[in-house]
Amino acid sequence: MTATRPGPAPRPGSAGPGGVTADEMMTATAARALRDGMTCFVGIGLPSAAANLARATHAPNLVLIYESGTIGAKPGRLPLSIGDGILAETADAVVSVPEIFNYWLQPGRIAIGFLGAAQIDRFANINTTVIGATYAQPKVRLPGAGGAPEIAASCREVIVVVRQSRRSFVDRVDFVTSVGFGDGPGSRERLGLAGAGPRKVITDLGVLEPDPGTCELTLTGVYPGVSVPNVRAKTGWDLAVSASLDVLEPPTAAELTALRQLQAATPGSEGAA
Amino acid sequence: MAEIVSLADAIERAVHNGDSVAMEGFTHLIPFAAGREVIRQRRRGLTLIRMTPDVIYDQLIGAGCASKLIFGWGGNPGVGSLHRFRDAVENAWPGPLQLEEHSHAGMANRYVAGASGVPFAILRGYSGTGLEGLTGLSGHPAIQPITCPFTGERLTAVAALNPDVAVIHAQRADRAGNVQLWGITGVQKEAVLSAERSVVTVEEIVDELDARPGAVVLPSWVVDYVAEVPGGAHPSYALGYSARDNDYYQAWDVISRDRERFGRWLAEEVFGSGAGSLAGAGAAEGGNA
Repeated sequence: MTATRPGPAPRPGSAGPGGVTADEMMTATAARALRDGMTCFVGIGLPSAAANLARATHAPNLVLIYESGTIGAKPGRLPLSIGDGILAETADAVVSVPEIFNYWLQPGRIAIGFLGAAQIDRFANINTTVIGATYAQPKVRLPGAGGAPEIAASCREVIVVVRQSRRSFVDRVDFVTSVGFGDGPGSRERLGLAGAGPRKVITDLGVLEPDPGTCELTLTGVYPGVSVPNVRAKTGWDLAVSASLDVLEPPTAAELTALRQLQAATPGSEGAA
Repeated sequence: MAEIVSLADAIERAVHNGDSVAMEGFTHLIPFAAGREVIRQRRRGLTLIRMTPDVIYDQLIGAGCASKLIFGWGGNPGVGSLHRFRDAVENAWPGPLQLEEHSHAGMANRYVAGASGVPFAILRGYSGTGLEGLTGLSGHPAIQPITCPFTGERLTAVAALNPDVAVIHAQRADRAGNVQLWGITGVQKEAVLSAERSVVTVEEIVDELDARPGAVVLPSWVVDYVAEVPGGAHPSYALGYSARDNDYYQAWDVISRDRERFGRWLAEEVFGSGAGSLAGAGAAEGGNA
């Protein structure tokens, strides 16, 4: 596994020229957004892989909190659900579901929340409820809210991990399940949302961050080999690009080894996602 | 005091057509066997309530037991869609399914209010989301803004849940019907205490409940029926007794994807064993659609 990997962007789940998949790029990028000692509210799938990768590499004291009520879980493999037995067995504390939301999430005790999305819009509002013009007769019925609205409201910051396409990156979401920046500047304050909202949106092409003035998601980083026109072509609005666009570092050999070990220890795991 | 009965008797006596039924268990201790018994007894017109109507409610919805669903997240955890749930919402098959939709925090607080004997719960949440504007099963908004009488702060109120019956699975009960569960305990205590009646299936009935770290104990006098059903949480798990059958959740994606395949599953796995003449009806119901 090479640490520098020029060439075209890898496809999800398939190895790119350097043997790194798009999922691995996303997972490593998300892991790097976490600092040691942080508290992190984790959902299953790629966010859980990223949080566990961070704990296995640069952030051994990361506090993993799952919605099932497991606080300070230390799984040696990737959990297969938010209620995987390994989370309860390795946790510092196991609390009820009302308690995890009311005592731990709601007062703003948790630094980072990780969310996925079926749709995300230019103000980082998230839809996981329905696709289609009306709620009553949806084109696609998605799973719904789960813990996401309160994670988006009450974690001090939010990181969103989502694959980028014109279907997922839309000008306006069909349904606001979880609020990012609402209609733009001042929305979160008006709505009484205590947390700062999305800090980064990590995709299979790069990283978007809210513009400090307009709150609009702006491209701030791309993976090696990903072009700006390529990202714009997969965005459903006229995407702004940062003047200081970063080329993101691919996963290091150590990160890849740690991630693949976590996955190999996980029976039935398809990988990071 | 709880009565110790068979699973069939417990469902027969506790769950009636048209009831609101909360089957809880957060990934862990999901009362799957009780759910299949409800299908086997052909209950109809149920209002199903559950934070995460995963595979257990996909089975009940596909079998035509439910006309309404109150929920927070309807997916197959770690796998993808619930196909029977989606078919009901998108195509009204096998019948229309009316929804009342919340977040998990909203659902959890609704049970807390129900268990506490107050009409609503307060939380910070929903503000600015599309969920705020949705109509509940009552025809009124299920989520309302409320002003704090002390600070003037704007918060969110959600109505209490008081199901007709709660159904849960636990590790153990003693012969008096005291129930003990541990590991991830979810919202089961609140569900039982919020409900009019309750059914608890357990891995085993023991002479004495010795202490377990972090255990929830439900005294016999808040439980109506206890049934010994070893493996009753399968394909979910019971900490200390069984492991989660992850392959089943993958397999369910295939079984539930089409109506005919699901109909065969109903005929073979639900009506096939011990239900005799009901098997044919179940197969026809699923297969002809």
